[in-house]
Amino acid sequence: MTTQPITTAPKRKVRNFALLSNRAGAAFLTPAGILVAVFVIFPFFWVIFVSFTNRTLLGRTALNPEFVGLANYLALFDPNIFFQRGQFGFSLILTTQFVIASALIGQALLGLLLAWLIQTVPAWVKRLTETFVIAAWILPEVVIGFAWFAFLDRDAGTLNMMLNAIGLPSGDFLLESPFWVIVVFNTWRGAAFSMMLFNSAFSSIPPSYFQAADVAGASSWQKFRDIAVPLIRGHIVTNLILITMWTFNTFTPFLLTNGGPSYRTELVSIYNYRVAFQDFQFGKGAAVGVIMMLINLAFALVYLSLGRKKKVR
Amino acid sequence: MASVEFKNVIKSFGDFKAVSDVSFSIGDGEFVCLLGPSGCGKTTSLRMMAGLETPTSGQIYIGGEEVTHLHPKDRNIAMVFQDYALYPHMNLADNIAYPLKVRSEPLARRHARAKEVADVLKIGHLMDRLPSQISGGQQQRTSLARALVYPAKVYLFDEPLSNLDAKLRLEARGFLNHLQRDMGMTAVYVTHDQAEAMALATRIAVMDQGRIVQFASPIEIYRRPATTFVANFVGNPPMNLVPVTGTKGDGKLQLKADGLTIAALLMTDAIGTALAASSSLTLGVRPEHLGIATPGAANTITAPLFANENMGPESLVTIDRGDTARVTARIFTDDHLDLGDTVTLAFSAEHVHLFDHHGNRIPGTND
Repeated sequence: MTTQPITTAPKRKVRNFALLSNRAGAAFLTPAGILVAVFVIFPFFWVIFVSFTNRTLLGRTALNPEFVGLANYLALFDPNIFFQRGQFGFSLILTTQFVIASALIGQALLGLLLAWLIQTVPAWVKRLTETFVIAAWILPEVVIGFAWFAFLDRDAGTLNMMLNAIGLPSGDFLLESPFWVIVVFNTWRGAAFSMMLFNSAFSSIPPSYFQAADVAGASSWQKFRDIAVPLIRGHIVTNLILITMWTFNTFTPFLLTNGGPSYRTELVSIYNYRVAFQDFQFGKGAAVGVIMMLINLAFALVYLSLGRKKKVR
Repeated sequence: MASVEFKNVIKSFGDFKAVSDVSFSIGDGEFVCLLGPSGCGKTTSLRMMAGLETPTSGQIYIGGEEVTHLHPKDRNIAMVFQDYALYPHMNLADNIAYPLKVRSEPLARRHARAKEVADVLKIGHLMDRLPSQISGGQQQRTSLARALVYPAKVYLFDEPLSNLDAKLRLEARGFLNHLQRDMGMTAVYVTHDQAEAMALATRIAVMDQGRIVQFASPIEIYRRPATTFVANFVGNPPMNLVPVTGTKGDGKLQLKADGLTIAALLMTDAIGTALAASSSLTLGVRPEHLGIATPGAANTITAPLFANENMGPESLVTIDRGDTARVTARIFTDDHLDLGDTVTLAFSAEHVHLFDHHGNRIPGTND
């Protein structure tokens, strides 16, 4: 790696070429700017504000919410009930387990393995696999959610029909092992992204590296361990952080299990939804939202600092 | 060390035949160069030896054992790649020792062996560096060291010197030559540089359009090129080829072309056969066998001067015969020549090569 020469920022911005005048540019930016302001920037600050009030949908506090300080936060972190089912702590631990099982182990590991396996197959098999994987990935979340619901249904589900056909008993998966259902679902849902990312990372390695290893006598596992993985380390870090954030915030499992049964699949995003839009405790819901934002911010900062380190090297 | 044999090997990529029906055998301890222009199938042949490509048909043997469909890792060969293929995340010690690592040698043993080889190649002091921190010549030696670190049956080289500058290339070439003769290794070396092939090889396989045109020792290829293609590819500058019309007269062969004066040549059966097929032949004379004519010279070729390039010890004098056929001579005297001067070059009959109208050498001439 070469060290980039340190360049001092120019004092005055020099515009060599501009497609539009400043005024015209501003005019084009305004509609988008207004939309972003109304739907992103304003809610961001509004949520922080609401999280310090006892605002609700109905009743006295709907019209005249009172400032309650940190009461919402203290309620969320009340040590007496923190780990109870249906409470914030329970959701947070569940979400952590969910992220580890379905994102880090499921999506990333499966994606890495699949990406490695399709490196050596004939080109048409590789293209076909990529097409199917992308097709699975671009389907809308809602469609996938209901497809899986139909797949796993106890009475008319496709999976039970297939099990019955080979002489195995039916199972009520959504009720008996809901956590593993959403783990498998999210792995299936997201492995495509990791696979495509690792696939393109592997493709960027000069083929002669692997050929030299072949000639030297290396097995596929040795090539994977000694050459492929170390050379795509940067991609792996990026991927882990992205899918951690996405899985942490995902809401789609709600379509399968409604967060249940008895809160057993209530991830923080679903908990947030229940508190704010089913119990209509806007203040408390906003507090959950703020905590989630802070956790995401921490991930983002880690991501950015790693990205910056790579550039400095 | 082991022998290598190709039996009727064909390799097609779709409709394109990269290698068509090639058979040859390379003896134990030989240094064979596959020489030819790009796209002639030389690299594909080498990659089939390594197992990086599978032949469409035919068999390949290494050390008498058939390896046609064997995976590269099971062939016990070593290969040096054109781009060196050094692993950017490993230091030189780990790069060189990698073949030993995959053979489960203990760390201390493999680093000691890597150091040993690196010392021979004079890169022993760089073992902690990454490939990006050393020069191109050192990278080339590192990739060579990685190939030499374990005992292989055959050593394969895929244009290993083509990324070096001219001076380093000469140095590395001399070193490789010494190393191969010293170790007595069987080596197959792909190059498009005829000088490299001449300097290194014990035998050269000249390839064109997926076929081996001539497989012989460098001196044989230089002295008796089998076709006009070989004649035109080997030598620097290559052999001058002049289209001539041949006729039989007085039991001798008369050759005619613009600006050419040549004494009648002795007729042979081979020439007779060639003449019977077509009277258009090709006359070949190497630039080093041409000189500025002295009065009374028997065999001469005359045309206006096209270029006079001074190379230090010699000058390259090129004359233009108009019909795109330029003739170049390597002149070791300091004659003053100006553009547009008419120059007469002379050659002796013993240095004449004759090719028939297919471009094949007519045997018997100059043997």
